Amino acid sequence: MKIAIASGKGGTGKTTVATNLAWVAARNGRSVAYLDCDVEEPNGHLFLKPEISSSRPIGRLYPAVDEEKCTHCGLCGEICQYSAIICVGEKVLVYPELCHACGGCVLVCAPGAITEVLRESGKLEIGQAGPVRFVHGLLRIGEAMSTHLIHQVKQAAPETDLVIIDSPPGTSCPVIESVRDADYVLLVTEPTPFGLNDLKLAVEMVRTMKLPLGVVINRAGSDDSQTAEYCRMQGIEVLATIPDDRRVAEAYSRGVLASEAMPEIRTRMEQLLARLCGATALCEVRL
Amino acid sequence: MSDLVGILSAGRKPVKELAVISGKGGTGKTSIVASFAALSHSSVLADCDVDAADLHLVLDPRILRRNEFMGGNRARIKSGHCTACGKCEELCRFDAIFFDGPGNGIVEKTFRVDPVICEGCGVCAWFCAEDAIDFGPVVNGEWFLSETRCGPMVHAKLGIAEENSGKLVSTVRTSAKRIAEERQLDLVIIDGSPGIGCPVIASVTGATLVLVVTEPTLSGLHDLERVAELTRHFGIPTLVCVNKWDINPEVCERIEARAREEGLGLAGRVRYDHAVTEAQIRGKAVIEYAQDGCAADVRAVWSVVEARLNGSACPAGEEL
Repeated sequence: MKIAIASGKGGTGKTTVATNLAWVAARNGRSVAYLDCDVEEPNGHLFLKPEISSSRPIGRLYPAVDEEKCTHCGLCGEICQYSAIICVGEKVLVYPELCHACGGCVLVCAPGAITEVLRESGKLEIGQAGPVRFVHGLLRIGEAMSTHLIHQVKQAAPETDLVIIDSPPGTSCPVIESVRDADYVLLVTEPTPFGLNDLKLAVEMVRTMKLPLGVVINRAGSDDSQTAEYCRMQGIEVLATIPDDRRVAEAYSRGVLASEAMPEIRTRMEQLLARLCGATALCEVRL
Repeated sequence: MSDLVGILSAGRKPVKELAVISGKGGTGKTSIVASFAALSHSSVLADCDVDAADLHLVLDPRILRRNEFMGGNRARIKSGHCTACGKCEELCRFDAIFFDGPGNGIVEKTFRVDPVICEGCGVCAWFCAEDAIDFGPVVNGEWFLSETRCGPMVHAKLGIAEENSGKLVSTVRTSAKRIAEERQLDLVIIDGSPGIGCPVIASVTGATLVLVVTEPTLSGLHDLERVAELTRHFGIPTLVCVNKWDINPEVCERIEARAREEGLGLAGRVRYDHAVTEAQIRGKAVIEYAQDGCAADVRAVWSVVEARLNGSACPAGEEL
């Protein structure tokens, strides 16, 4: 069972929910993997403090042109949709950062002048955080595209009953890649106008992908009625409400798991896990 | 020609661009940008957080012009022509092709492109022997030219689950800069997105100054380090502001020390204040809603940023 934790807006508490959920589930005897797919700014390791057992570079393919074989036919530049390879007169220019590694240029090159080479675009780390299996990716700085690395993080997921995917914020490509094969998407929001606006965008995204979803309202305080009302109108289940508590923010600021520091948060996370079981087929998996 | 350009640009300062980013999401970028918009009297706003834009919720723009954004192409298999040879599926590197399309007179099942996953590379269409794949431009967003109480604003909405946010960011920035030139406004304030990937790179490259809004948490510190490396990579002068600093004064100090080590300037601290959310609920910038508390802090940060943009020494005496 794969559960993706996502949100439109950043900073609503995705990592808090994802790490605490993984920890609580593991403490309750499940086999759990936590995958940090926010490869641009991964933070899960600050809370789970894994021991990294393997760290390897991740490469990205880009074309290399053998000038000897090149006939300057220009087909490579024609098929490339990203202006990553351009044939100008007698010269072929390659822009590796723009390349999406679709392989089109290699396929159209009749004289076989183009091969694909790897360049490092990030790092994949695998480890163990107490009872939680841990995987995260670190995108190389300056790298524009992250989906390939997110794909690698997911490929590296160990076999477990429960996989928690910590997604990046937003609603575009990196988020799609993170949640696309999840069995259930949990959207974390906060009851502010920004939070609600971005929740709506995230709901639209998950619905476009035809995945089941539920909501967690984080930092719930005096007025979360609009968010609750929106969810009710949309027929979306609110699986948990986490109160706005300065102690949670302070625990977060120190890199401490709120479930470890505050028994009442642990209870809420256990309830959230139980409700996730109800909302998904997780309970059919061995507990 | 060059003389003419010289004459036209004489006496007119070039437009500056301030990009506000954060690395980590939810640190308060947009709230700070909204206040900057209200404090600056001659700027154009560019909301470059195109996949989760929020600035419009505070600035309540009146849209003057809507524009379609065509950021790329997409493939679509014409099920009537597909012979189910499977070449497209074999060549697609993005696993965007599925064997579950409707049947036709030739085969029981055809291939189908998932539009959400399609990367728009066109390889499938190029190599389809039956010419059964359409490949053409799609509208994957909209962008707007608007007027707000704080000046002109350019903003956008990336279509749900769409690609090419970097291109849309560039479109928004270019338009904002053009408007600034036309109206002789000297600053574009860019509200960036979280992360360090393509929309962020598109938001910061070539900017005059970057302000990183961070928070005093270990995540904030970790993400600041990565975002600082990014602005250094692109050679952009960078200031750091710690928002909600009193949540953890000790981590705040660590962040400021780290910023100094990295050669970044400090723009000041903004305290944690419920007025931020209260202002947001009322559709106001916090400096329009309150005078003291964090509103005073934001004003102080703005004066540091403004001084830096104007090239003068920072009034707080921080090394920049």
